Amino acid sequence: MHELSIAMSIVEMAEEEAARQGGHVSAVHLKLGALSGVVKEALLSSYEMACEGTCLAGSHLIVEEIPIVMFCAPCNAQRAISSAQWFCCPECGSPSSDIVQGKELEVVALEILGEDVDDALPSRAVSEIAPCEMVGQKMIDLESRK
Amino acid sequence: MKNEPRMIEVRKNVLKANDVIAHALRDRFRAAGVFVVSLVSSPGSGKTAFLEKTLTLLRQNYSVAALVGDLATENDAVRLARSQAPVKQIVTGTVCHLEAAMVEKALADWDLDQLDFLFVENVGNLVCPSSYDLGENLRIVLMSVTEGEDKPLKYPTIFNSADAGVITKIDLAKVVEFDESAALANIQAVRPGMLVFTVSAKTGLGTENFLDYLRSRRAVSQENAIA
Repeated sequence: MHELSIAMSIVEMAEEEAARQGGHVSAVHLKLGALSGVVKEALLSSYEMACEGTCLAGSHLIVEEIPIVMFCAPCNAQRAISSAQWFCCPECGSPSSDIVQGKELEVVALEILGEDVDDALPSRAVSEIAPCEMVGQKMIDLESRK
Repeated sequence: MKNEPRMIEVRKNVLKANDVIAHALRDRFRAAGVFVVSLVSSPGSGKTAFLEKTLTLLRQNYSVAALVGDLATENDAVRLARSQAPVKQIVTGTVCHLEAAMVEKALADWDLDQLDFLFVENVGNLVCPSSYDLGENLRIVLMSVTEGEDKPLKYPTIFNSADAGVITKIDLAKVVEFDESAALANIQAVRPGMLVFTVSAKTGLGTENFLDYLRSRRAVSQENAIA
């Protein structure tokens, strides 16, 4: 059960982006691959918990489930497979572990309400943005280790 | 139109923070010339016994060390220390898997230049570790004969994320009526072409084949590093 820590990472990312853009996040769009190792239902309930007390509270997580696609060499084509238990081409039956798609765990977009902080939020809510900027700082620190 | 939400494109991997650290670790391992092997399996599949055997045999000719992740105890590190190899325990607390940052922290004061092989034993868990890159060269998934032949079908993601498989406790196969060909077929169904070793840490059966594999993969990785 690592969905809660995944959900917290999603919230951190969205907070960072919201701090940069200004405004209030109403929804987060996520691509979730069938081979990502993350369970959608567990992630959705974890997301609600992770949002509590942050500026994403009340926002929605919109999950796009991404099926597994493998490359079949004999067919020289990409094939979607319906089960992670059977990595064989649905057309010719050849096995393949050349995975083209299905490992995604990616925040693709945010829906943001309001033009900028001063404009969109009542003045008392501006203070709530501060912790989000701090989270943003932490993320930048991690990235500077590259 | 303030009530209409704007759509902002982000396109960021959720595990980016982990991946950034894992990439840095991989660079550090390459620079130090150490070959890193991680082990994943369910609890009780014999990871620690297998690793103890591997460390004992490899350290006759190589400089080896291990990191071992566990939720609460340091028992595994104590067991592995019997191999005489340097061992460090990572106690994860409530976290059910290792993350790259934990490996980085555990290795902070280690001189990796002195090592030929470093093993990282993950927390016993066939679900969560599959999502986290630890910067390793090879990920080995283990299953024991006592767990049943359909383990790969139940946990396809972790088998799919691994580079090679090991079936442990083969000395017990007869007693538990383990169907080896069915298990191998199930592994191939979820990870076509995966190399699988059948071993017993107790009798030593099959361990030499596995060591040959590690030695040859290390040699290939060193050639690539030079080229």
